[in-house]
Amino acid sequence: MNTPVVASPEGFDLSDGHRRVIRWMIYLGFGALAIGILNGLGQALNYADVDILQYFPGMRDYYQGLTVHGVVNAIVFTFAFTNGFLALCTSRALARPLNLPALWVVFGLMVSGFLLAAYAIGTGQATVLYTFYAPLQAHWAYYLGLALLVVSTWVTGGVLFAALRGWRKENPGKRIPLMAYISVATYAMWILASLGIAISVVGILLPWSLGMTEQTDPLLTRTLFWFSGHPIVYFWLLPAYVSWYVMVPKHAGGKLFSDPLTRAVFILFLLLSIPTGFHHQYTDPGISGGMKALHATLTFGVFFPSLITAFSVMYALEIGGRRRGGTGLIGWFAKLDWKNPALVAQLLAMLSFTLGGATGLINASYNLNQAIHNTAWVPGHFHMTVGSAVTMSFMGIAYWLIPYLTKRQLVGRGMAVLQSWIYFVGVLVMARGLISGGLDGMPRRTLIMEAPYSKDGWELAGLLTGLGGTLMFIGGALFFAVLVGTVLFGKKVDQPEDVPFTVTHEPPAESGWELSLDRFRYWFIAAVVLILIAYGPFMVEYLPGSFTSPPYRFF
Amino acid sequence: MSPKKIEMVFLSLSAAMLLVFLMALFYSAYGMGMHLPGREDDVVPGEVRATPPFDDPGLHEVGPNQYEAVFLGMAWAFQPREITVPAGAEVTFIATATDVIHGFHVEGTRVNFMLIPGQVGRQTYTFNEPGEHLIICHEYCGAGHHLMYARVIVE
Repeated sequence: MNTPVVASPEGFDLSDGHRRVIRWMIYLGFGALAIGILNGLGQALNYADVDILQYFPGMRDYYQGLTVHGVVNAIVFTFAFTNGFLALCTSRALARPLNLPALWVVFGLMVSGFLLAAYAIGTGQATVLYTFYAPLQAHWAYYLGLALLVVSTWVTGGVLFAALRGWRKENPGKRIPLMAYISVATYAMWILASLGIAISVVGILLPWSLGMTEQTDPLLTRTLFWFSGHPIVYFWLLPAYVSWYVMVPKHAGGKLFSDPLTRAVFILFLLLSIPTGFHHQYTDPGISGGMKALHATLTFGVFFPSLITAFSVMYALEIGGRRRGGTGLIGWFAKLDWKNPALVAQLLAMLSFTLGGATGLINASYNLNQAIHNTAWVPGHFHMTVGSAVTMSFMGIAYWLIPYLTKRQLVGRGMAVLQSWIYFVGVLVMARGLISGGLDGMPRRTLIMEAPYSKDGWELAGLLTGLGGTLMFIGGALFFAVLVGTVLFGKKVDQPEDVPFTVTHEPPAESGWELSLDRFRYWFIAAVVLILIAYGPFMVEYLPGSFTSPPYRFF
Repeated sequence: MSPKKIEMVFLSLSAAMLLVFLMALFYSAYGMGMHLPGREDDVVPGEVRATPPFDDPGLHEVGPNQYEAVFLGMAWAFQPREITVPAGAEVTFIATATDVIHGFHVEGTRVNFMLIPGQVGRQTYTFNEPGEHLIICHEYCGAGHHLMYARVIVE
């Protein structure tokens, strides 16, 4: 069977208005990434005892740079890219226009949020890192900026839900096209997940930073942060999974294994992403061991859909590789189209993600977490997930998305392929450094260069971190060269190629239990029930909390 | 094998792997007693220095080769800065923060927990080998975060 993942597979012309607003969202995202990568170089070199941050204009200290690095990479870049990319996926999949004014509102919210946060951080009034643990207190503009960035994702979610509702009304009884289904499921998960951070920022930290309240509760705000702070990693990751499921098979010449399995994977993420936050708080006093054990179990549960994804992706790639003449157990892998930058970036992203996933499972491993908690191991881990699996996937997507949105041909295909390899080798070298340093006790989020203490093994770890980070920076710079070159000098085309989407081997059923997968409302309710089970006992015991900490500004 | 069958094998093995890992972890926790920090006492940060045991930070012998090590974390130092214990000592670390969130990692051991204002952290460890361990603040706590450390010396 070859079932399409979109309505109107024969073609759909996205209006120029849509192309424009989505293009600006993607530019904002990559603009943020450029700032983040530049700061990242400074951070990586810190470990190698090289101080370049002193040459950054306006940079007061390492931790200010680290705050910039976290906020622009983990929040602005990911939100802006995802708001644009999944809006496009939904519009194309349903073959329907979206609410264009609302998308400009999204863009406006993101720009205002970014500027507010940039003002607070840039003037040295919000050096609280992107986790903003109270009672370190930032300028109110920082919290308001973050809130607006979160609201931008809610408005995008609303636009996607409205488009889906409109499509369903016009197509009663039809299955939701897969590409729209997984895009909307991503937003359903995140909107539920982001409530924690919203309550913490708007309900507690913003009034506190404005002086309306005097004291705050560090454990409660931290718990609310991690309520959203774990599922946010899936909000980063799922757009990459959207591409891996429905676009990479097309690049590779294969096809998607199963429509129902793909839907089930995204439903599992909706259910299990959120009730897992305590695995970031294993070492927090104040939360009982039993609740941590429950979250550990659910975290292992949310690993399962990623293993299903590994199967589906390998199936698609193997079909593609064999069609291109690959043979043997793994020989097909070498036969993939290693000259297509969109594919190469995402293949390397997947390879780095196998290590990122494995180290993530170790982080999730209950008491084993104490061996590595808050050591350099942790950034070693997440640069192999969000820092490469997600980032390189978004770069790979950009290699067809930017030509699609600008109606220009990609400039520098060879450089684009090279860029991915340099970034990939860089991230592995850097992660090797951070991970070994972490195992030797080297702390994360620390100006190691100036620390009065040191340990055997930190020097090599630091050198590898600095070297790997430098390679990542070069790989990143080449990416931006390709991007800017394409936007400015790419050859104009009248009709760009359509969004690359695959067909499925196992089609969606027209009757039976599978139809229940499309009833988001019930899955959403089930997710809420799981959250109540996972967080209810702690909240019942802990609330109303202990608001006994005054604010501090140690920066 | 058909793809459907390979899928079932792959997914069964995946699920089995996760279950085995999880059982090993819970055995190490509940069978071997390697517990995470749990819910202990609350303390009001502003009154912490007047609240036992934090009115007397330092090492206290509580039994034959058993000690309680009471630590306070503050920007940007630990109090005490150093403790010395004999090899074989069983030490229960009891610690909290006076101002912002700090970290408490006795490197080379599994004593690793957060110091959260208002919450009391507690963890027990037996130091069998003579040597020296850094206690590192591993949570960002302001501009001087990297200056914050202490030592455990095992004689």
